[in-house]
Amino acid sequence: MSDFLRALTRGSGWLGLIGLLLIALLLLVAAFGPFFDLPDPTRTNLRARMVAPTLSWVGFGAHPLGTDQLGRDILSRIVAGSRVTLVVAGAAVVLGGIVGTLLGLIAGYFGGWLDRLLMRLADIQLAVPLMLLALMVIAALGPSLQNLVMVLALVSWVRYARIVRGQVLAVREREFVQSARAIGASSARIILRHILPNVLTPAIVVATLELARVIVLEAGLSFLGLGVQPPFASWGRMLAEGRTYIASAWWIITFPGIALMLTVLAVNLLGDWLRDYLDPRLQVR
Amino acid sequence: MLRFLLGRVVDGLVAIIGVVTIVFVVSRLLGDPTVLLLPVGATTEQMAELRAGLGLDRPIWEQYFSYLAGVARGDFGQSFQFMRPALTVVLERMPATMALAFSALGVGIVLGAIAGSLAALYRGTVVEGVVMVLALLGQATPVFWLGLLLIMLFAVELGLLPTGGYDGPASLILPALTLGTFTTASIARLLRSGMLDVLRDDHVRTARAKGLMPGTVFLWHVARNSLIPVVTMTGILAGELLGGSVVTETVFSWPGVGRLIVQAMEAKDFPVVQAGVMVIATTFVLINLLVDLLYGVLDPRIRRRG
Repeated sequence: MSDFLRALTRGSGWLGLIGLLLIALLLLVAAFGPFFDLPDPTRTNLRARMVAPTLSWVGFGAHPLGTDQLGRDILSRIVAGSRVTLVVAGAAVVLGGIVGTLLGLIAGYFGGWLDRLLMRLADIQLAVPLMLLALMVIAALGPSLQNLVMVLALVSWVRYARIVRGQVLAVREREFVQSARAIGASSARIILRHILPNVLTPAIVVATLELARVIVLEAGLSFLGLGVQPPFASWGRMLAEGRTYIASAWWIITFPGIALMLTVLAVNLLGDWLRDYLDPRLQVR
Repeated sequence: MLRFLLGRVVDGLVAIIGVVTIVFVVSRLLGDPTVLLLPVGATTEQMAELRAGLGLDRPIWEQYFSYLAGVARGDFGQSFQFMRPALTVVLERMPATMALAFSALGVGIVLGAIAGSLAALYRGTVVEGVVMVLALLGQATPVFWLGLLLIMLFAVELGLLPTGGYDGPASLILPALTLGTFTTASIARLLRSGMLDVLRDDHVRTARAKGLMPGTVFLWHVARNSLIPVVTMTGILAGELLGGSVVTETVFSWPGVGRLIVQAMEAKDFPVVQAGVMVIATTFVLINLLVDLLYGVLDPRIRRRG
């Protein structure tokens, strides 16, 4: 752990540190958002429509980041949106990571037709841009939070599976695996006890890099109206709704966009650094 | 080389057939379009008749095979909305999407190459710092937000460029910049780290030592060798560009395939969705095939290995 902290403060580690701090801030905001005594993010107030941001933070009913076209407080909606974004993206990355890692383990360990089939599927999926694939599946299943998580997990399993499979191929013939097999360990035991620990590092790196992609994809789907549905606040949806008013109320699209950009930036910084720190030879993008 | 190429072509074909299958399954899950196509109050007989006319009353596997046979002939059926062949509707929109994607790629390659080279040549100075910060921000900015910001600034506030639509080259500028930013940032970062590696190589020191001009060394010994990772990346970036064009086209009301697919999906116009996704996927597969070829030209070592 102290090695980890030392690496974060040395060389280009400061970029990773910034990412980590931003993510910590985001997690704090998301976790303690409801205790901040902000206006209700879903409460509309037609008399306070499109109020401009003010610098006065004190005072009852102040809107530091302004209000949207229905008079809802933008700061509250950004805080509420952070919870939705983190839960949806986090769940999708965990789900996609588990499925992708398992399939990668199976494909790499057993090889043969199963391996060929899975890798073919991966190729096919990579031939369709993620956005289109997600769009098609959501349109078929109907938009809901569960479906959104499922679709985002579905589009991200491929990267885990490929990296993990490659790693398994390298580990499979090593002595400790051979000897486990020689003393009669079952395949399941060999995979879980001897191979899995060796593929976890790359899987974690993929997960971090994938998190950023999934966050952007979720926002994009919500922007097109196929992602997070009302009454949940979502950054992508706020952008879509504010789009009509860019000539009169710049703040409606500016602040959720900044929140989105900072989140993606933080995850990217941490992911890049983690990749270089854990395994510089890893070819993950 | 020939075997390598043939293998890649077969891989590409299999991927495309797989895409056809996925698209077919998904669009059959989308629901029954006959309800949407007929006016309110249509009788059950009229609905059954239309369903039979569209072939939707046959068993699903029969529909699948006749669909596959149709696709092989380039026949995706009639668009439910436009009452014209779906492939024609899609192909009409293709030039707009290609114009957007290639302009964005052009923006990305030119700006990215300049920024990346500057960062590598001026290592450790303010120049490198500025380029890297901009590149990190560029990779983190979602396309649709960037599009809205650019519209707000250049179209609404300054009134310099159109907010959207498709008339004249001026309307291409904002969408191309929007879509090209991620590419620019990725290429700049990749080229910088590639160049830093190559600059340390022995052959560059030799070239300098034998008295070649700095410009020659840069172009022939550094730039050429640092291009290889960039070319590989272009295949991946093409996917990002084609996917990103869906959102970019929606933001700018750009009459391309991406926006067409989104609209067709809302209208449950299966044939157009299928034809659109197929055309995009085929384009993507073809681009990756070209990338593999180019790869061999740039790096003879790969040719021999293939």
